[in-house]
Amino acid sequence: MHTFILRNVLQRLLLVFIVSILAHSVIHLAPGEPSEVDPANPRMKPEDIAKIRAAFHLDDPLYAQYAYWIRDLVSGELKSFKDSQPVLGKIWRRFLNSLPLFICATLLVWTLAFPTGIQAAIHRGAVYDRTTTFAAYTLISVPGFFLSYMVILWVVDLFGVPVIGLKTFGMEHAHPLFQSMDRVWHLVIPSLMSALGGMAILSRYVRSQMLEVIGQDYVRTARAKGAEEATVIYRHALRNALLPFVTMFGFLLPGLIGGSVIFEQIFAWPGLGRLGYEAILARDFPVILTLNFIAAVLTLAGTLLSDVLYAVVDPRIRTGLQGDA
Amino acid sequence: MGRNDGVEGAEEIVEKGARVTRDPQTLGEELPASETPWQESLRLFKQDRLAVMGAAVLGVLLLTAIAGKALTEWVVVFDPEVVRLPEKFLPPFSVASTADVPVQDRPLSGIYLLGTDELGRDVFARMLQGSFVSLSIGFIAVGISVMIGITLGGLSGFYGNVKLGVMTVDTLIMRFTDVMLCFPTFFLILTVVALLPPSIYNIMIVIGLTSWMGTARFVRAEFLALRKQDFVVAATSIGAPERRVIFLHMVPNAIAPVLVSATIGVATAILTESALSFLGFGVQPPYATWGNILADGKGFIFDAPWLFFIPGLAILVVVLAFNLVGEGLREAMNPKLRRR
Repeated sequence: MHTFILRNVLQRLLLVFIVSILAHSVIHLAPGEPSEVDPANPRMKPEDIAKIRAAFHLDDPLYAQYAYWIRDLVSGELKSFKDSQPVLGKIWRRFLNSLPLFICATLLVWTLAFPTGIQAAIHRGAVYDRTTTFAAYTLISVPGFFLSYMVILWVVDLFGVPVIGLKTFGMEHAHPLFQSMDRVWHLVIPSLMSALGGMAILSRYVRSQMLEVIGQDYVRTARAKGAEEATVIYRHALRNALLPFVTMFGFLLPGLIGGSVIFEQIFAWPGLGRLGYEAILARDFPVILTLNFIAAVLTLAGTLLSDVLYAVVDPRIRTGLQGDA
Repeated sequence: MGRNDGVEGAEEIVEKGARVTRDPQTLGEELPASETPWQESLRLFKQDRLAVMGAAVLGVLLLTAIAGKALTEWVVVFDPEVVRLPEKFLPPFSVASTADVPVQDRPLSGIYLLGTDELGRDVFARMLQGSFVSLSIGFIAVGISVMIGITLGGLSGFYGNVKLGVMTVDTLIMRFTDVMLCFPTFFLILTVVALLPPSIYNIMIVIGLTSWMGTARFVRAEFLALRKQDFVVAATSIGAPERRVIFLHMVPNAIAPVLVSATIGVATAILTESALSFLGFGVQPPYATWGNILADGKGFIFDAPWLFFIPGLAILVVVLAFNLVGEGLREAMNPKLRRR
């Protein structure tokens, strides 16, 4: 087991290195530079541009730029091109904003998708199954911002739910309790909207996974020995159907950055996705690069976690490993 | 990962072996007339009403797209680029006024079927033009990704054991796939599209280049399983050239999951394009796509709701159709769900 984890960690460290090189070259090889953001500005003289280029090492060869980036990233001194703020600090603050949204959305996805999917699998072909199937496909197929705009039109008038930003402007002097309630209230619609797509996809997975398991011999055996239907479904079938979902934890983490661009833009949520979007608009290479890199590292960490969890929960893999070692 | 693939591969072999032994010729006369796997898939597909409806929608869409290309560019019946400022924000089915609009600028039969936008352009004409552009973005992006996926997956599955210096071809390709899977796809697309000069081809290529990983892994798994199958071994042993074994015997047998993921990939590409348009990095004017009509229309959601709802619903219906057809194909081609 230890060799298994060690080997996985080493493999992934190598991958992290390759990922960082790839991310760096993609961004620096593409045309478009920070010094070109505002070419129409008459106050930007050629010598200013040269100064900016020199300050950000843009004239150095690529491998030197890569070395500078890694050095600054590791020492924590990487500065944004846009406002010379430390990149890691910027990302950390935005991460703290994104986190509640991400947690709420994830909780919604996992708590709602499972019951929906399980019920659909049990009643395969019935009205409930067909309705949820169709609803799930509709949710997968609708452009996220189209649905969100429609929901905004509807909920703001009907319920007065806030749909912009983290908190109400001008509440700084209110009682902390009211402030925190205000923040929770602001979370409702954004987290619901960003959860819908994932909910649809996950409930389909749950359904097909349950269908697979329900047809197995051990489920038939459980029924034959006279176990109650609830026991059969939740103890014998569901437990085994759950296995693949362990791996899905790995793919949750990167959604923190990539999946949120659109929704944070719609709801003016100052999180990581919007930070990335603003950085792209400003050609702020250090921020873009570091975000891509962190996302990749999160993915790798997530897959590592899921591989280990898989080995922990699935005895077949665990015994296989002992055979290896 | 390799361990999982092995398990899946083993199941595949069992399934395919089972299919061979259940062949009517070996089991006697009581079975229905023999049908090829494709005929069987078609029959199963037809039983799925949602998928058939989706296929019908896609048929209509294909005709619309071709008609759109023909009628807006080759024989200009609907001109999407005519600007008629006095006629802006007319709701659907409005009649063009004879006083303000010169005869040659009037829409067909003088009616704006889907209204006009903020410049008085005919939304129907723009949607027609957009149907072709949106669809071609989907198809070309998926074409690129499928090609890369089949090539890399096939190489890794067939020539996986060939040593290249310190590592095998398989290790090299699959590690590269892993690296690509690490990046957050949408953020990567956004980054690259934003840094490159705005062009519709860049969008197609970037979507294609960032979405081949799933296909590569399917194809590799299928190839690994197929390589040990009797018919492939037989073909190799009678001295068929590798080219023939790969393209005539293996690719057709590995294509089913690729077809499914390609169908769903087109849907995803259309959605990605509309999301890029929403962020302002989509296809630039003068091209109209459903995505950028929708993104432009969101500013007029109160004054001219049709500018928002028509493209939005169109995208929803088409993407839904692609997803339903893809899912129908998946069920129809899945050997595990057959003969139940």
